[in-house]
Amino acid sequence: MSDPSTSPMANAPFANERVLKRLRRRRAADRRFKWYGRMAIGFALAALTLLLGSIATQAVSAATYHVVTFDLSFDKNTFGDVQPDSPPPVDRVYGLVRDDLLAEFPETASSPALRHDLLGLVTRLAVLPVAKDLVRKPAEIGTKRRVELPLSDDLDLFLKGAAARHLTVPVGRVKAEEIAGNVTLTSEATFARLIAAASLENMQPPEMPGTGSILMTAGRSTIRLDSLAPSRVTGTLLTGTAQDFRTYPARARLIPAPESERTVSDLQIAWLLALKADGRVLRVPHWSLLTHTDSTQPELAGALAAIIGSLLTLLVTASLAIPVGILASIYLEEFAPRNRITGLIEVNINNLAAVPSIVFGLLGAAVFLGAFGLPRSAPVVGGLVLALLILPVVIIASRAALKAVPQSIRDAALAIGASRMQTVFHHVMPLAAPGMLTGAILGMARALGETAPLLLIGMVAFVAEVPRGPTDEATALPVLIYSWATQAERAWEPMTGAVILILLAFLIAMNGVVVFLRRKFERRW
Amino acid sequence: MDGTLGNSAAETGVLPDAPNASVRMSCRNINVFYGEKQAIFDVSLQIADRSVTALIGPSGCGKSTFLRCLNRMNDTIEGCRVEGEIMMEGKDINSPAIDPVLLRSRVGMVFQKPNPFPKSIYENIAYGPRIHGLAQGREDMDEIVEKSLRRAGLWEEVKDRLNLAGTSLSGGQQQRLCIARAIAVRPEVILMDEPCSALDPIATARIEELIDDLRKRYCIIIVTHSMQQAARVSQRTAFFHLGSLVEVGDTDQIFTSPRDRRTEDYITGRFG
Ligand SMILES: Nc1ncnc2c1ncn2[C@@H]1O[C@H](COP(=O)(O)OP(=O)(O)O)[C@@H](O)[C@H]1O
Ligand SMILES: [Mg+2]
Repeated sequence: MSDPSTSPMANAPFANERVLKRLRRRRAADRRFKWYGRMAIGFALAALTLLLGSIATQAVSAATYHVVTFDLSFDKNTFGDVQPDSPPPVDRVYGLVRDDLLAEFPETASSPALRHDLLGLVTRLAVLPVAKDLVRKPAEIGTKRRVELPLSDDLDLFLKGAAARHLTVPVGRVKAEEIAGNVTLTSEATFARLIAAASLENMQPPEMPGTGSILMTAGRSTIRLDSLAPSRVTGTLLTGTAQDFRTYPARARLIPAPESERTVSDLQIAWLLALKADGRVLRVPHWSLLTHTDSTQPELAGALAAIIGSLLTLLVTASLAIPVGILASIYLEEFAPRNRITGLIEVNINNLAAVPSIVFGLLGAAVFLGAFGLPRSAPVVGGLVLALLILPVVIIASRAALKAVPQSIRDAALAIGASRMQTVFHHVMPLAAPGMLTGAILGMARALGETAPLLLIGMVAFVAEVPRGPTDEATALPVLIYSWATQAERAWEPMTGAVILILLAFLIAMNGVVVFLRRKFERRW
Repeated sequence: MDGTLGNSAAETGVLPDAPNASVRMSCRNINVFYGEKQAIFDVSLQIADRSVTALIGPSGCGKSTFLRCLNRMNDTIEGCRVEGEIMMEGKDINSPAIDPVLLRSRVGMVFQKPNPFPKSIYENIAYGPRIHGLAQGREDMDEIVEKSLRRAGLWEEVKDRLNLAGTSLSGGQQQRLCIARAIAVRPEVILMDEPCSALDPIATARIEELIDDLRKRYCIIIVTHSMQQAARVSQRTAFFHLGSLVEVGDTDQIFTSPRDRRTEDYITGRFG
């Protein structure tokens, strides 16, 4: 401006090259930062999707399972003495199941080992609900009833294709001859397709006895192939008759794993296929996962006891942690003088929030079980421990919610003569309530997911009964996940995934309640 | 003695410099400390009834602190200590026998930033009378609400939407709502701490009109940083400087012929 000869625009900031350059750099920095943020969110979302996706795909096969139907007649001679208070007649009901299976597959009559294999299809404990029903409703004695009993987990997994991987090759019509259990099948259409499939899987049954099996099924009959040639195969009859091969189209199942390395034998598969051909094997929704208690058999196990146990535990936790936490936070925030003692209390609350949860478990074991003599494995103890665990969290969240209420509201109330209590309860609390509730429910969600402290107070016990009250023996959902996840059998894997989803559903429901309450309270003003 | 302030409008005396005005509150040797730090030094001030007293002075000189002594709002501030005697109707309001809750229903307050409750307009007004049990039944309350809003000059604007949130009004309306809320508990004194500093000139003018109107019924003490405002609305003015009361007198006299050098410097804009 001092030099009138140059245009005033020349030095204006938006024309100056240095200024423009700096501006460009600043814009670039903005853009870069935006991308860092997007990348961070993308990474978090990807991790979450991966985690949830892997659990969900694992769990999806547990959504349904296979049952075998039985027509059982509870005749008066056998069950006449069953009273409403007698123990469930498990063995007698299972006797009916056993008789049915043995009659269905008479080839097992000669060998106890075969009988044992056959009875492996449906375990003895599977009839427990039926036996219990019978005790509850003795009117059923003397009647016939169709029951669905869960198929043993290994065979269930086989049918779902999750164990003993196998592939099916349709063969069609064949001619069959039988000489003493050895069946010879011939066909105009060659078995070339089957041979191709077998060699793809490196299976040559006659030459390599160490490899898997090829089963050929028609109707309710199955043979295991001993030789395989383009127009002629021979095999041993596992169950049924050669006649079926003349009547029904055949299909072959190639099971690459050798029998010794599988949990299901060729015979069991043959029986299963026979039952399936009879329409007695059904794939049904796995409701028992929600209605059964824990069991040693995966096909019978359910999470009901753990769900109830978790709810009872949370009930104890909520009824202690929420009122105590909220009252403590109101006192500390609104009434307590700021001095060294309250400062010390505040520091300690913050520190307590950072104490590892297992320490609370040790404390619970020492104090509640040891000193107070409360029952082991009981939701009341679990609830108390979890209440202590989340108390600092609830207090900190509630205090933050109270702090967020503007001082001017308190001044307004006090200045027209409201007492402190009226100020807090009429004006501050309603404004802080959504935040306090959020803190409380997030604390509860944390309690729902805690495992370590519950392990220490013995809530990891195997619980086959639904707990009726907070002092009954119980377990909780995360502990159930822990104990199922540490089982060796394959069948527990999808079950564990399913329980994780149940737990997640509870957590999502709780967060939904948070969102709903926030909306509801905030809509008022 | 029941420990409450008497209800009669008994006068406690007259002002030495204005013999025709009665005294509503009389402060003697007030010292206020925030922890170790002293904010008010030995202030003695008598406040006339049915008139507007303006407290002026540079920022941080203790006007708000002094104002808060008059309804014991300093009690709510951690570490604040008030010494001295504030007489109202023959009783010291700082004596333990006086319940601050009752005192505050007699000495209302309006703040710098409008702070209506986040409730309906109706509820904003009705809350005070309700906690003090001033209304018998719904009609009584409706009447109190209407009367208070009328006195605050807000009735015509909000009478059709009493259920609307008080926070949905404009800034000036919110401030008048706060005045109505203070009036609703039938105070005798209304303290106003820079009530117009967050408002635009038109809203300010309305509040000033209102203050002029309210003066007929109430004793009003207003803190203001605007000397024009003090000159416009007040009858008496007190000038504070660094926590001390420098000069008090008729507004006309303070603005035309201040006795103290510091007052003169301040009102002529030499500092502050
Ligand atoms: N809550 C408080 N705690 C500590 N000091 C305060 C507090 N409020 C005000 N003060 C101090 O007291 C003095 C007077 O403040 P204030 O009364 O707000 O002045 P004014 O209203 O005249 O601007 C100032 O020095 C201020 O820093
Ligand atoms: Mg101030």
